[in-house]
Amino acid sequence: MTPALRLVSLKKHFAAGRAGFFHRDPRLVHAVDGISLEVAHGEILALVGESGCGKSTLALTLLGLEKPTSGEIHFEGTDVTHLRGAALKDMHRRIQMVFQDPYESLNPMMTVEEAVAEPLEVHSLLKNSAARRTRVIQALEDAGLKPADSFLDRLPHQLSGGQRQRVVIAAALVLEPTILLADEPVSMLDVSIRAEILNLLAEIRARRSITILFITHDFGTIAHFADRIAVMYLGRIVEIGATEEVLRDPQHPYTQALLSAVPVPNPRLRQKRLILQGETPNPIDLPSGCRFHPRCPVAEDRCRLTDPPAVPLSATHSAACLLVED
Amino acid sequence: MTDQPTLITGRAFWRGFRRNRIAVAGLAMLLIALAAAVFAPAVAPYDPYAPVAITVESIYQRPGPAHWLGTDDAGKDVLSNFIFGARVSLTVGIFASFISVVIGGLIGISAGYFGGRLERWLMRFTDFMLVIPDLPLIVVIVAITRPSLTNIILVIGLLGWTTTARLVRSQTLSIKERKFVLRARSIGAGHLHILRRHIFPLVLPLLVVNSVLIISLAILNESTLSFLGLSDPTRISWGQMLNYAFERGAMSSRAWWVLVTPGFGIVWLVLGFTLLGHGLEQVLNPRTEWHHLTDHPRMVSLPAPLNPQP
Ligand SMILES: Nc1ncnc2c1ncn2[C@@H]1O[C@H](COP(=O)(O)OP(=O)(O)OP(=O)(O)O)[C@@H](O)[C@H]1O
Ligand SMILES: [Mg+2]
Repeated sequence: MTPALRLVSLKKHFAAGRAGFFHRDPRLVHAVDGISLEVAHGEILALVGESGCGKSTLALTLLGLEKPTSGEIHFEGTDVTHLRGAALKDMHRRIQMVFQDPYESLNPMMTVEEAVAEPLEVHSLLKNSAARRTRVIQALEDAGLKPADSFLDRLPHQLSGGQRQRVVIAAALVLEPTILLADEPVSMLDVSIRAEILNLLAEIRARRSITILFITHDFGTIAHFADRIAVMYLGRIVEIGATEEVLRDPQHPYTQALLSAVPVPNPRLRQKRLILQGETPNPIDLPSGCRFHPRCPVAEDRCRLTDPPAVPLSATHSAACLLVED
Repeated sequence: MTDQPTLITGRAFWRGFRRNRIAVAGLAMLLIALAAAVFAPAVAPYDPYAPVAITVESIYQRPGPAHWLGTDDAGKDVLSNFIFGARVSLTVGIFASFISVVIGGLIGISAGYFGGRLERWLMRFTDFMLVIPDLPLIVVIVAITRPSLTNIILVIGLLGWTTTARLVRSQTLSIKERKFVLRARSIGAGHLHILRRHIFPLVLPLLVVNSVLIISLAILNESTLSFLGLSDPTRISWGQMLNYAFERGAMSSRAWWVLVTPGFGIVWLVLGFTLLGHGLEQVLNPRTEWHHLTDHPRMVSLPAPLNPQP
């Protein structure tokens, strides 16, 4: 079966400085630097990594809002890397995004109904206003806002953070997309509401067999939720595998370090904490060889020289580290 | 902290407006002036455009029962002139400001939204227009063309958009960066949709406030022009009344009423529009008066009692 989404060494580099008239900063920000990935239909893949590792840039590139520097994006078997105009707009119907900040991602002057109907308006669907309203109400109910009628005329400032995020989710669902990108959809919400929104996403996946790419920097939110986990470091995926495999048996030293920082309730499972040394990485001047070696607690000389390829550990699990080969 | 949104729902707006004394006072002053201008033929005791036979006694008559505000150098009733003069000031002010705000809004929104080379050229042009002193240029152009009402409106309107353009541009720049615009783009929305549904509604309050404030500038410019003798000769305006008063010996006749009356009118309108403009700014700008606009119940925290008395 063709995967819902396939990325082939996708790269997105930004110019480091503003291009001046006389001098141009030749350096590049390697925000996304060679990502190859397949996501199956109906799968929830969690993309985990520290701030600045390129998660949001990857999402924006998938949405066609940033043009990839190189590489390919295949969407349900078709290459959509270079789509423009109407074809690109059509692609937008099938891939939708939920943003991090529900307070900022709704226009303060648009009612809930207008916000949820906006995708229909943009794509000139259901021009009949009664049919449009039925669809909007359906989407609001699917997003857990009941009774939906009572929300239609409200403005964002009359909603709580959790309700706003549900409105955003309803607006993302109204076009019935096949892929949902969720960029830290719960990190701005109260802890008590996070679980509700995560449950909602899981429920939507179960009901509609939608594919969800879930971006986060927090292992805690995804353990019970994702099918697979991909760990990102400086624009690359350094380890990917089924949630169980990655959480139980992390192979890449970076994953191990991240996991050792997650509080574990059972003291017997608690490992020795690995503290990452050094600075947060800078995606402009990439280290030679393995890009993690300056911070790696177990780095060897060869790590300085060779950029490690992804090493398969099982049918589903792989890690990009020279040391796992042994 | 997220930037508090600008918000105008009808009811919340009126509630905020009614509580704002400055805005209400300005609006009241303007409604009086507007009523006088619209119903001038009914309100004015005489028809200022009707010919009068001038006699020595009829010119510069002091205020009295027949002429509450006296007469001018042509023996005409000053009160009637004054009431009809409001028409010119209001017409020029409103239409010129409309032209300015449309041009300034278009330039500001295009520059702010599209950026790049278009923005550089538009803003260079705006800065160029900004440094030219407006009034001398208006005087020169009106003097060269014919000082008809239409010409005066066009010249004042076409030269008065620079501040609007700059304000609108910076507002557009900040709206453009907000997440809901990115979300609209992620849906597949084009520029037209984003401008119409997201940028324009949030720039609109600024445009409204700005147009009201610009009306008073336009009125002042028109009065100055007329005072300098560049008025539409077929219409009575306050600046023109002042001009005639100065040129035709009102000072030496000590006919203070011919000077004070049009001056009062100009001050009244300019003050009215300025008050209304600043009042609207307070009502619409959430950073100053945000709480007037929110519908949801606020938590009221009572001050904690001071140290209980022993
Ligand atoms: N438009 C841009 N121009 C230049 N550099 C950019 C641009 N967008 C992102 N970057 C840089 O690319 C890198 C990756 O940014 P990105 O926002 O994708 O990180 P992230 O993983 O989403 O981080 P966070 O967890 O903080 O959201 C950062 O170093 C950022 O400064
Ligand atoms: Mg991000």
